Amino acid sequence: MKLFKSKRSAGLMASPYIAWAIIFIVVPLCMVFYYGLTSADGGFTFDNIATIMKPGYIKALKRSIVLAIISTLVCFLLSYPLGMILASMKLKKNAYIVTLFILPMWMNFLLRTLTWMTLLEGKGVINTILEFLHLPTLNIINTNGAIVLGMVYNFLPFMILPIYNALNRIDENVINAARDLGAGTVQTFLRITLPLSMPGILSGITMVFIPALTTFAISTMLGGSKILLIGNIIEQEFTQLYDWHLGSGLSIVLMIFIILNMIIENLSDNGGNN
Amino acid sequence: MKRRIVSCLLTAAMVIPMLTGCGGSDLSKYPNGKLYVYNWGEYIDEEVIDEFEEEYGIDVVYDMFETNEIMYAKLAQDNSAYDVVCPSDYMIQKLIEHDMLKELNFANIPNSANIGEQYFEQSKDFDPENKYSVPYCWGTVGILYNQTLVDDVVDSWDILWNPKYNGQILMQDSVRDAMMVALLKNGYSLNSTNPDEIAVATADLITQKPLVQAYVVDQVRDKMIGGEAALGVIYSGEAIYTARENPDLVYVVPKEGTNVWIDSWVITKESKNVENAEKWIDFMCRGDIALKNFEYITYSTPNDVAKENIEDEDIKNSKVAFPDLDSFPTESYKYLGYEADRLYNDAWMEVKSADY
Repeated sequence: MKLFKSKRSAGLMASPYIAWAIIFIVVPLCMVFYYGLTSADGGFTFDNIATIMKPGYIKALKRSIVLAIISTLVCFLLSYPLGMILASMKLKKNAYIVTLFILPMWMNFLLRTLTWMTLLEGKGVINTILEFLHLPTLNIINTNGAIVLGMVYNFLPFMILPIYNALNRIDENVINAARDLGAGTVQTFLRITLPLSMPGILSGITMVFIPALTTFAISTMLGGSKILLIGNIIEQEFTQLYDWHLGSGLSIVLMIFIILNMIIENLSDNGGNN
Repeated sequence: MKRRIVSCLLTAAMVIPMLTGCGGSDLSKYPNGKLYVYNWGEYIDEEVIDEFEEEYGIDVVYDMFETNEIMYAKLAQDNSAYDVVCPSDYMIQKLIEHDMLKELNFANIPNSANIGEQYFEQSKDFDPENKYSVPYCWGTVGILYNQTLVDDVVDSWDILWNPKYNGQILMQDSVRDAMMVALLKNGYSLNSTNPDEIAVATADLITQKPLVQAYVVDQVRDKMIGGEAALGVIYSGEAIYTARENPDLVYVVPKEGTNVWIDSWVITKESKNVENAEKWIDFMCRGDIALKNFEYITYSTPNDVAKENIEDEDIKNSKVAFPDLDSFPTESYKYLGYEADRLYNDAWMEVKSADY
């Protein structure tokens, strides 16, 4: 069934979205490239992009990548078993459980991160309870650990949902067939479940890795501004130092990483289909 | 069918306030237009804004910033975004040099006579002819410490490098204030543009980093009150408030000296509501309003009428709120130009990205 009678009306219907995409995606992107590739006096330059190689900047970029990878890995290790449990329940109930995971997202992300700050502080809620129970206190606020915790907490739903969806879509008959043909639990998992859930895993990884790589709010709040990520540097260039050229140049570097991530995802996605 | 009625009602509920919002009700309540004010966070008694709106029939749009640098970036991007702003000394100098401020017409700000002559004199450091700015608050920068957690004598910036207080120190998260501490500690000028001196200060801040609990701005106050940290770098204006909330907290100006700063009201070059902005500055200079603000934010007021009327004798004669500036070396921040700005920013970036 055709939704729109002619190509023309389809184009007409799509025009608001195309206009939206041009105004809010294409134009800003062009501006980022314009600023990133020019200097303050307007001349063309690669200096802004090359700045990433300076010691302070490259250190922040490396740190961001490491923390983003750790967070993505932790999210994956937490989400996959959970996705399997949810998918295996096959009850109406799991709709509620999935809602439970989305529920915190109804609250503002900054507020939730701020809450972690008050929970983890030296004299915060968690330590007060630990002290009351005469247990050793927890000192992870303003460390890399706290930032990873914040990232995992905030981005976990983005990993759970695609993995759960992918697992839920696997036809039970395929698994039963594998069992009939003599595959054990491990073999079924490795050769049937895992490959079939790959698209979910990949989109989950992208959806966690990219925001984790670019965040600056989490590192400011839970890192006490002591741990500088590449997102913090870009934010500072725009808000504190008023250097749009350098800020845009560094954003372009970050974009390269994001595009790389998406290429890898696309390649393995196609591989899966073949 | 029922669902359609509900959705109609919802749409109506959303649209009607929008229509009235754009319509006449604003005009009847605020016949004299709008005023865009940009001030530091927690830097006014919010009741004062309501009083101003009522008295002059002006709709005030009030925004806040955390550091001078953020304020500058905003104004550089769109000068007319705000009418009246309250930056600090060195930033006012930078704004003047970049032709971003409007000369004030003091005939329309008669209450500026309430401001002590010495503060206008001091303002000449950054506004040489007193043409652009009217002082709002002033003060020093010092160390706030918790008596129950610190048993050394606190009289020098050096204590912020004492390993005994590992993880108990709060530093300011702004370039100039952080660099100031390290520069003064080494006996340099806080306006130093000497790359060697800046390098020494930078190395010092990097050595200090493992001891620092966090780099924060407005949160120093709450963290100190809550007993989260033992020592913190803070503006003198917070001292009265914090001591009131937690009697263990004491404010000290180190013997190496400090930055004496003034925050002043200025009007932006491309302001669209100059008249209203002048009314605002005049209102802020009124004795009773300045007193009300002082009692709320506890930052030292340059307003002589307000100071005269402070009821609490202890505060009126407080050496913290109104320090004797001859008792320790003082200096004010100056705008150091583009090159030095970059030097400071790179140094600060090096400190912030250092491993520890």
